[in-house]
Amino acid sequence: MSEAVKTVKVTIDNITVDVPMGTTILQAARMIGGDVVPPAMCYYSKLQGSGGKCRTCLVEVSKGSEADPRPMPKLVASCRTGVMDGMEVKNMTSSKVEDARNGVVEFLLLNHPLDCPVCDQAGECHLQDLGYQHGKQGTRYEFKRRTFDKHDLGPYIQLHMTRCILCYRCVFTADQLTEKRTHGVLSRGDHAEIATYIEKSLDNNFIGNVIDVCPVGALTDKTFRFKNRVWFTKPVNAHRDCKCCSGKVTLWQRGEEVLRVTARKDQWGEVEEWICNECRFEKKKTSSWTIEGPTHVSRHSVISQGHYENIQQPKETFTAVNGGRNPQLLMDIHSVSEVNDPSIDLSLINGPATSDVYNHSTKQS
Amino acid sequence: MAKKLLLEKAHVEGIRHYDVYRREGGYAAVEKALKMEPAAIVEEVKKSGLRGRGGAGFPSGMKWSFLAKPEGVPRYLVCNADESEPGTFKDRYLMEFLPHLLIEGLIVSSFALGSNRTYIYIRGEYAWIVGILEQAIAEAKQNGFLGKNILGSGFDCEIYVQRGAGAYICGEETALIESLEGKRGNPRIKPPFPAIKGLWDCPTVVNNVETLAAVVPIMNMGGEEYAKIGVGRSTGTKLISACGNINKPGVYEIDMTISVEEFIYSDEYCGGIPNGKRLKACIPGGSSVPILPANLLLKTAKGETRLMNYESLSDGGFATGSMMGSGGFIVLDEDQCVVKNTLTLARFYRHESCGQCSPCREGTGWMEKILTKIENGKGAMSDIDLLWDIQRKIEGNTICPLGDAAAWPVAAAIRHFRDEFEWHVNNPARCQTQNYGLAHYADPIHVPA
Repeated sequence: MSEAVKTVKVTIDNITVDVPMGTTILQAARMIGGDVVPPAMCYYSKLQGSGGKCRTCLVEVSKGSEADPRPMPKLVASCRTGVMDGMEVKNMTSSKVEDARNGVVEFLLLNHPLDCPVCDQAGECHLQDLGYQHGKQGTRYEFKRRTFDKHDLGPYIQLHMTRCILCYRCVFTADQLTEKRTHGVLSRGDHAEIATYIEKSLDNNFIGNVIDVCPVGALTDKTFRFKNRVWFTKPVNAHRDCKCCSGKVTLWQRGEEVLRVTARKDQWGEVEEWICNECRFEKKKTSSWTIEGPTHVSRHSVISQGHYENIQQPKETFTAVNGGRNPQLLMDIHSVSEVNDPSIDLSLINGPATSDVYNHSTKQS
Repeated sequence: MAKKLLLEKAHVEGIRHYDVYRREGGYAAVEKALKMEPAAIVEEVKKSGLRGRGGAGFPSGMKWSFLAKPEGVPRYLVCNADESEPGTFKDRYLMEFLPHLLIEGLIVSSFALGSNRTYIYIRGEYAWIVGILEQAIAEAKQNGFLGKNILGSGFDCEIYVQRGAGAYICGEETALIESLEGKRGNPRIKPPFPAIKGLWDCPTVVNNVETLAAVVPIMNMGGEEYAKIGVGRSTGTKLISACGNINKPGVYEIDMTISVEEFIYSDEYCGGIPNGKRLKACIPGGSSVPILPANLLLKTAKGETRLMNYESLSDGGFATGSMMGSGGFIVLDEDQCVVKNTLTLARFYRHESCGQCSPCREGTGWMEKILTKIENGKGAMSDIDLLWDIQRKIEGNTICPLGDAAAWPVAAAIRHFRDEFEWHVNNPARCQTQNYGLAHYADPIHVPA
């Protein structure tokens, strides 16, 4: 190779990294990892043309490049802005970014129904995570939230338009994975909605992937609807010999029962390999699958909790911490608490034995 | 009498037709241009200092010189006739009465840019103008100014008229290109800019109708001569569509040296405010530019007379100035309510937001609801601060300038007319039957020594 891939230096939040030319700021930040990575609700690295719409990944470019060190006048969408040599980007170190991002999260949650308690996406929802990170406790919106007419997308996919944040990911998925897209965005402005123009079910063999790409609970699996909460299910990597897809999936089990099948996702919540509808919706028996082992969920979300995986054990023993004293497991409780000593008349004890006494004593102090 | 370059022949009987237009000296610019090098025409436009007449005021010659010229890839010129800004109707007038002027400008510009297929994207509501333009194109073609080998120069050019379907957002150049390609009119994310990747991923220049028409006088009189008209970087003449509370609403061609006061009160232009009313406020450049109270409109914050040109209207930034914009001059007299006016604009932007990016989609609707509340006498003081905060979070954080366009009118109304908003909150019953009136907005401003 005579032409080596040109690399450029980019500094994000004072961390410098070498990336190939043409990388976006967001991708460069993902190479660094950790808190430097801006959140992305609409960008999807596997979908061409996605990104730029949700505006959660806005960052401040404090130095354009080595050649042109002027800062960019506005905040830029990091998912669609390419890096330049010597570029300096501020993400979490910029108060402007934080302010704008808080605003965007408020806008995204403005008309969101917040029906997380009955939403199947809860626990692995990107909007939930984003809300925890950047949201406010209350809303300043005091009007009726918008609603839509229901559209039936067929036996497999459930559409809840009120939860949609219009990231267009499902539109790109259908465009790039299937031959003919039958759903899309109708209307404009705050009445824009995902729907099929003529009432029609989505029946392409790969259309089930729109469920996986949806960052919120707008498109969910009808076969999993109200079956269980995702944090109670146990993700297991499995594969099968499939004619039309890779067959590499994650089974979400409760006991022996397979409640849901999804594609495997990486730490950014993005699908690793697309799977077909047959694998996703039809194969709900453990016998159809070859189990590989528990899925390592590395995404920062509720579903990554409680799988007893990669648990860090304390390096020091209890004895070391307690200054040489061995743990005394079977302690005589009565020797610890005089309250429970049956030989003592409780009413004689000094202290808040009754609420009156308690209230009286706290008022005085 | 100011010099007229564009509308000089607008009232000649039958100017809409080729024969009359040709007799009046039309198509001379094409004959002159086709004998020149394309690069020389671009140079001429650069020299003229012509600035985009669509609203942003970007130097057109510079825009043309940015056009990428890769081998074997077609280049396109697109004429933006999707004039949808409330208060702006200059392009309609130009196309309706002088269609050949636009066609002539298009041929010259197409030759300069090397575009063999040129499109006029016209808003759907201008349905009757499509016929006028198509007839003009057919006449030009019959007379050898369009089609193959124009005037024996070896240059081929076709002009097509494409109707939009009624969306304000399609006036944004990348949304226009998307719509022209037959897709949903969502603005594209920039970069890449249209000059690199535009229509069908080919280099494209999108220019306003008036800009392209102005190329004709530039060709006829030469760029340097054109630059002598006007003042500073505001060269040439500008069409202003005046409306609102004035005696003579209409389209006026001005040479950008006159003062705002003269424009409103002289009989040559707007002819003053009817019924002896006084001036309260004005939106000087189409609905999305900041509204100015009378005192700041006629005089800048420094106490200088404000002139009708790009620099003077934006003097003082958004704190005490506004913008030339597209030249939609909307005048409000003392009987108008600024809150209601702002609500009307907010409703428009809510309706026209494409819904692609979240701040604009959610924010415009929210602002409209709060303004409705205040206008109906149900608002609270905190709502005014909330409005300010919302517009601040929309502005600059969206894909296309529609977010800014929605935020600016609200911001300016609160900035300059906050007491009127507060009066609405404090007098919920009275504000339903009565207007706040002129208040102090017309008082002379205090200029610190």
